[in-house]
Amino acid sequence: MLTAEDKKLIQQIWGKLAGAEEDVGAEALWRMFHSYPPTKTYFPHFDLSQGSDQIRGHGKKVVAALGNAIKNLDNLSQALSELSNLHAYNLRVDPPRFSLQFLSQCLQVVLATRLGKEYTPEVHSAVDKFMSAVAAVLAEKYR
Amino acid sequence: VHWSAEEKQLIASVWGKVSVEECGAEALARLLIVYPWTQRFFSNFGNLSSPTAIIGNPKVRAHGKKVLTSFGEAVKNLDNIKGTYSKLSELHCEKLHVDPENFRLLGDILIIVLAAHFGRDFTPACQSAWQKLVGVVAHALAHKYH
Repeated sequence: MLTAEDKKLIQQIWGKLAGAEEDVGAEALWRMFHSYPPTKTYFPHFDLSQGSDQIRGHGKKVVAALGNAIKNLDNLSQALSELSNLHAYNLRVDPPRFSLQFLSQCLQVVLATRLGKEYTPEVHSAVDKFMSAVAAVLAEKYR
Repeated sequence: VHWSAEEKQLIASVWGKVSVEECGAEALARLLIVYPWTQRFFSNFGNLSSPTAIIGNPKVRAHGKKVLTSFGEAVKNLDNIKGTYSKLSELHCEKLHVDPENFRLLGDILIIVLAAHFGRDFTPACQSAWQKLVGVVAHALAHKYH
């Protein structure tokens, strides 16, 4: 799925976020909760008000996991193996096919607002493919 | 569909600043680039062989403008989007044979185009109103399918 060029673009674009990972993660989550209220059902135990520590903390976690995946683009299955187990057996978020779609959209919106023209169609395509690949791995063990 | 005063304001204010020609062209080009299988509907558009070709393709630009102009009708008729798209829905089903899933894809891409364009001004509240709008439009376009 991911070409060599895609991988290069993804790593480049991720590099531009250096330092802002926590903000990006928190904002992506906030946008997701705001635009897709059903996603909140997975966080009844969270304070979901804007800027909450829990959203920031979780956003940071999510972005760190994605960052790790990006360092291991040639072996996503292995890099995300633990998370795959977690989502399948523990969290049982409705098949990532759906929920990641919303997170993917919101993450891309955050990237686009920050990068403007630099979020070119090629970068857009690469990131979209990457998030699809991540979703596929996370869904691997669902049944 | 109920639109709060805030949602209407957010939609109108973004729309007021949009270049229908530019954004339309870009949204359609990105659809064809990010989801290449959508090119199946445009076999008579000529050269779609690379992102550069697609972005520069005059038919893509023209059609993108047409599509986004039509989207403007939804913005003007928020309280009757279903009625507004009744005929277009029939057309997409009976003549064009477009899987409604494609409407969702284009809607999401339009939002990313707006985000890249407006930067921080495309706030979470803005995105939320617009995600709702593209969802309603997609639903209306799928409504007459049979």
